Amino acid sequence: MTEELITLNHGSGGRAMARLIEEIFIHHFNADSNNTELAKKNDAARLNVQTSHIVTTIDAHVISPLFFPGGDIGSLAVHGTINDLSMAGARPLALTAAFILEEGFKISTLKSLVKSMALAAKEAGVNIVSGDTKVVEKGKGDGVFITTSGVGLCDHDVSLGAEQIKVGDKIILSGSIGDHGIAVMSAREGLQFDTALLSDSCALNDLVDNMMQHFKHAIHCMRDPTRGGIASALNELSEQADKGFRIYEAAIPLKESVRAACELLGLDPAYIANEGKLVCFVAEEQAEALLAKMRKHPHGRDAAIIGEVLAEPGVQLQTTLGTRRRLEMLSGEALPRIC
Amino acid sequence: MKFIDEFRSSDLAQTLLKKIAGVNDSNKHYRLMEFCGGHTHVIFRHALQQLLPDNIEFIHGPGCPVCVLPIARLDKALALAAQPDVIFCSYGDMLRVPASHKRSLFSARAQGADVRVVYSPLDALALAEKETSKHVIFFAVGFETTTPATAFVIQQAKEKQLRNFSVYCNHVLTPAAIEAILVSELQDSENGRVNDATEKVSPVLIDGFLGPSHVSTIIGSAAYEKICERYKKPVVITGFEPLDVLQAVAMLLDQINKGEWRVLNEYHRAVSAQGNAKAQLLTQAIFTLRDKFEWRGLGFIPDSALRIKDEYKVFDAEQVFSVDVVPSREYKGCECPAVLRGAIKPLDCKLFGKPCTPENPLGSCMVSSEGACSAYWHYARSAVSHA
Repeated sequence: MTEELITLNHGSGGRAMARLIEEIFIHHFNADSNNTELAKKNDAARLNVQTSHIVTTIDAHVISPLFFPGGDIGSLAVHGTINDLSMAGARPLALTAAFILEEGFKISTLKSLVKSMALAAKEAGVNIVSGDTKVVEKGKGDGVFITTSGVGLCDHDVSLGAEQIKVGDKIILSGSIGDHGIAVMSAREGLQFDTALLSDSCALNDLVDNMMQHFKHAIHCMRDPTRGGIASALNELSEQADKGFRIYEAAIPLKESVRAACELLGLDPAYIANEGKLVCFVAEEQAEALLAKMRKHPHGRDAAIIGEVLAEPGVQLQTTLGTRRRLEMLSGEALPRIC
Repeated sequence: MKFIDEFRSSDLAQTLLKKIAGVNDSNKHYRLMEFCGGHTHVIFRHALQQLLPDNIEFIHGPGCPVCVLPIARLDKALALAAQPDVIFCSYGDMLRVPASHKRSLFSARAQGADVRVVYSPLDALALAEKETSKHVIFFAVGFETTTPATAFVIQQAKEKQLRNFSVYCNHVLTPAAIEAILVSELQDSENGRVNDATEKVSPVLIDGFLGPSHVSTIIGSAAYEKICERYKKPVVITGFEPLDVLQAVAMLLDQINKGEWRVLNEYHRAVSAQGNAKAQLLTQAIFTLRDKFEWRGLGFIPDSALRIKDEYKVFDAEQVFSVDVVPSREYKGCECPAVLRGAIKPLDCKLFGKPCTPENPLGSCMVSSEGACSAYWHYARSAVSHA
């Protein structure tokens, strides 16, 4: 049997495209769910919103390789957008997805990615309600690019953001760092190494729901430290908040396998990407209680208090030796060392 | 993690600091050169200077393979990468190093050259076997640590009778560079002289060396004995963990105080006196000494680098391709040469931080993860309060 491939026809607006949408996208995103909006096949979906703030976000996903230990570009596209909504304290309501496919891309590969997206969305309890597909000529894309946008709802009395961060706040990290970046690196051409490590890619909305139930006024800010790692996320927040953070190296959760890979490659885990972690700034007196709550959730099992907020700007790291230095933002690209 | 945690233990560090306090003569100023960029980064990443008395100064050496490559060799790399039907393979760090006129392998790639990042020379060899209609060039850089791997792929390429694979060889030798620094120190102090480059050279005074970790696993600690004896400077081969560095500082101070100059091996869990004989034999089989080689910051040093032996010349990219290279030009004001000699600290360079940053590097020392400027940028740009 010959392999079915994406052709320019699949993007032309004709029958091939209609079939692609019906057989792949609608079939998987609509399967066994109450996704009535997608079933209508309109170009836009109508969502029923009560009295809440609407939160929106959009995220474009390009990643090589498309499949990595613990995930793929499909699940990542769903998790990434859900997490962006969750970090604003919003409950994700619906997602939309746009696919840019390269001519010659295997339809079977597309099918597995779409299945993976459908599963990720289902697990997170969110529907993918509308979408778009374009096909570009061979050589003008990298297989597939997926952009997802999301809409979420947020209670009127919730207002999270860097500007809410206060001196004395405790900084909680929801789990071990660097899992995603190292898992992807281990699968990348030219840098293959054996590891049982999986990407941490996951949707954080349920964990955040749990956190917000009792602590929505104690939590001041949340951020998912994706590209650039926790070092870059903390520096961005420090700048936006005009406050400083002191981080304790010994308190940062880190898996042995990630640590070993970083030591070997000469990389600093603080700069390695995460796709299923969050840092949370919480009022000092509520920190321990929130931590206990987070640890009861599978995505927060290894959560730890890693530092606190100071008045003096900048992010500083207290090393395991007790010395202190700046923890700077990633500049340039994190590359393995030569020798 | 074994071999990591015990070498970063705060309690053990306190014991070593007491040992250092015991041998430290506070009237003396100790100038210790860590030859390797890897050590520079350990010192900064763990902020070791905060633990040590002010009279112990680290002088950062040239042991960063990316940093010491002179701009002319980079220009030649760009010319090779631009040859038709060539796939040019390089370690990632080299891609961003600025050549003449702010060009780099990154910009060459954007202009259409087929430049690929590899992690090992074996990846380049595998690529040559796969892409038989192309010629694959491996950009070989590094000290003795990376040389055996390059020798191995050349040997493999010969066995496999590959005709579309060659190596652009830039392997350099550590003892020769240490000697060059000491020669310039000697001459500086005797004559207040000017180096063969046209720039003025400020004298670099060094009381002892923290010797390389990984390089020494290959060449062995005995390889430094001649230099120790000739220039009367102690060398302590030092591991890449913070406690290794503290222990080595204590060992160096003790030697300096007693007026001794021996090679001591702190890193004996990995380094032997004679080194890795197999790796040395492999290197000798494929490579031979160049008469002289240019180093950024140190000028032309005799017998300081390797070239591919004539019997393997079909795998020598410089023999396979004859390329025209434009006259090379360093970025005006870039102080990498002085930083590499240990003559100035990165913060003394007028370009540091503005406009030279890791995102927009104007000199090699800002690029590499082993470069001194990069270490200062990441860890020591501004002071941290100790409240």
